[in-house]
Amino acid sequence: MAGAFGRRAAFTAYLEPQAGREFAGAALNDKAPMELRIDHVAVDRGRSLARAIADPIEAFISMHSTVSVERAILRLLGVDGVGADEVPVPNLVVDAFDERALAGGIARWIGRAVAETGDAPERVAYRMASGELAAESLAGVPEDAARAALRPHVERGLARVAARRAERERLLETLPQSPPPLLYVIVASGNIYEDRAAAVAAAEAGAQIVAVIRSTGQSLLDFVPYGATTEGFGGTYATQENFRIVREALDAVSERLGRYVMLTNYASGLCMPEIAAMAAVERLDMLLNDAMYGILFRDINMKRTFVDQHFSRMLNARAGIVINTGEDNYLTTADAVEQASAVLASQFINEAFALQAGMPEEQIGLGDAYEIDPRLEDGFLFALAQAQLARQIFPRSPLKYMPPTKHMTGDIFKGHLMDAMFNLASVMTRQTIHLCGMMTEAIHTPFLGDRALSLENARYVMGTARHLGDEIRWRRDGIVERRAQTVLSDAVRLLERVAEQGLMHAIEARAFADVSRSPDGGRGFDGVFERAPDYWNPFEDELLAPAGQKKKAAR
Amino acid sequence: MSTLVKPYGDTHDDGAVQLSFTLPVEWSEAADEAARQLVAKMGFTDVAVAEGRRIAAGYSFFVVYARTPVSVDVSTITVPSNKTAAMSMEDIDAFVRDRVRRKIRVAGACIGTDAHTVGIDAILNMKGYQGDYGLERYREFETFNLGSQVAIEEFVRFAREHDIDALLASQVVTQKGSDVANFTALAELIEAEGLRERVLLLCGGPRVTNLLAAELGYDAGFGRGTLPSEVASFVAHRMAERAGA
Repeated sequence: MAGAFGRRAAFTAYLEPQAGREFAGAALNDKAPMELRIDHVAVDRGRSLARAIADPIEAFISMHSTVSVERAILRLLGVDGVGADEVPVPNLVVDAFDERALAGGIARWIGRAVAETGDAPERVAYRMASGELAAESLAGVPEDAARAALRPHVERGLARVAARRAERERLLETLPQSPPPLLYVIVASGNIYEDRAAAVAAAEAGAQIVAVIRSTGQSLLDFVPYGATTEGFGGTYATQENFRIVREALDAVSERLGRYVMLTNYASGLCMPEIAAMAAVERLDMLLNDAMYGILFRDINMKRTFVDQHFSRMLNARAGIVINTGEDNYLTTADAVEQASAVLASQFINEAFALQAGMPEEQIGLGDAYEIDPRLEDGFLFALAQAQLARQIFPRSPLKYMPPTKHMTGDIFKGHLMDAMFNLASVMTRQTIHLCGMMTEAIHTPFLGDRALSLENARYVMGTARHLGDEIRWRRDGIVERRAQTVLSDAVRLLERVAEQGLMHAIEARAFADVSRSPDGGRGFDGVFERAPDYWNPFEDELLAPAGQKKKAAR
Repeated sequence: MSTLVKPYGDTHDDGAVQLSFTLPVEWSEAADEAARQLVAKMGFTDVAVAEGRRIAAGYSFFVVYARTPVSVDVSTITVPSNKTAAMSMEDIDAFVRDRVRRKIRVAGACIGTDAHTVGIDAILNMKGYQGDYGLERYREFETFNLGSQVAIEEFVRFAREHDIDALLASQVVTQKGSDVANFTALAELIEAEGLRERVLLLCGGPRVTNLLAAELGYDAGFGRGTLPSEVASFVAHRMAERAGA
């Protein structure tokens, strides 16, 4: 019983940090079943190397901002809507200022305009967007007046975020989730109304988390589309209205089923901070958010990504949103056995960046995937080794486990079996967020029936083998234990190399995913700018209140 | 010997097939009967609903067995093949040196909005796929992997500016026919730019067949499970034909 509760606490502990943390930690440190013997010195070394890798980047981040961070600030201040040609108002406002004017932060300009006109931020933003209110006319507003004028709007923005978080906490209490692995499915029709129907049906079929996949082009858009959308490829555009539509439907079905169904989207690509801001006010529960994914797999500029992920994670931390990192991508693009150490190294780095942004471990859903070639003898043992290793190294993290995709074929029968083995690995190693595999993975975006069959598969395997992990002790120095040790020591070696070179240069030197990206290359670099000495982001100050004050004193 | 064939269950010409589908109705005995009648309307006989159940409010799932009365004459069916005799990387390099006498310039991309490079990477990246090295590893191929979300115009411009011999367009996302739409747009632009005679045009993706490729005006199409050496061998042979050797 204690074990089962411990697992549950590991996920929801962030709601009650004190009690939950103790419990989750104790459950796994106390010679938990299935515990592998691993080199704790190597684990500590991995963690401190990751910190050493992230620290210099943090220094860079604190001296820079991006157009998407500034647009997120506007959204938090209540600025929304679109102007001519469907261009979002936050884009129009930020684009109305040149880099020098922007270097002090967009908030100051809005503060000045609010002080000058007495209008709300959304109103002055519209006037700035239309060119009706020019920056030059505001230059004379005193700093104190600008800051004081904006203060109530900053507080209102943060209060909205806090209210949605409190609402989630209340719902989780009255509509408790069944224990993890939490069954996560994807809807991706391109049409938000079809997605809504599919999301509700999936919830009824047993899904505990529903993710609306984005249209494939969206990660490279330097704006967030507006309103309800009915066309997309490989997914549906992430817009605030689309978030609201699915949230509302899932709230209704949660009430009906007596269990809270979570909603997930993507804070990745060029608009990470804006999506985080929208998700916070629409009460999304999870966001896909990785510190390096966009750099490696979407050729988004690394400086842009580092600055953006930081502010988006600060917002996620405050909103109580669990992030899901994207380590599965290392495995889908290369050999899963060889890349195992890259997954662990990336988990360490993602954790370090998330902690820097103020996220508690309970909100850092580190990723892994079951992608080992099914023809490899003992491949299942290798997958177990990796999943269990992550469980032990990150005991409080709501680990995200991804299903087989790379070796799925048109043979749906074999695919269904592979998914069953993945389900078994997940329940045995106590993964938290379980993305259900689809037997039609290689064929089409899931049909409604595919999702139902997939959920049945997961529920069957996880039910029939619920406590199998508790009953097993690994053979000392057996295949699984040796494999875990190898992955850990290889990961530490990789982190050593990255720490030595510095993360930016290491990425350039193909340390990850065999891809080279240069610090000033890739998409979105022109949206990165250096902060002026008087740069002001009122939300950052609030979100990092204790740490932020220290930073200021040090400067 | 007749060349007419039907599906085979356990007896020759029994025509047995299995189907599964979802109907947007709440499950009931009537829903099972609706599934049976639907399959009968498709032209099947001996329809048996093996399983029918509710999978969500207002949706039911069915597994159905039935027999088909129709058959096809396999002797009348031909499909263009992109298969050349299996050759190793070393053999292909030697073949190119001998018969083409210069390096072959290949560019690949995931075109349109598709961001899934798994297919094109498997063919082009040095590492390759299933132990079969990618084209970057070949001595006689000069390879450009333009990555994901490459606009069709950009891809064609690249081909022109870099004197590309073979273009490999990849599409993994197939939703609502976006793959076919992008392949078609590429073929049309290549034609419009007057490059069609100059470049070999190849497409690849999970739903691509060589027959589809031929219909779209491509030289070849490669589906799931294609090895890099199969693509390399095809390109080498076509280039040798062009070199007239």
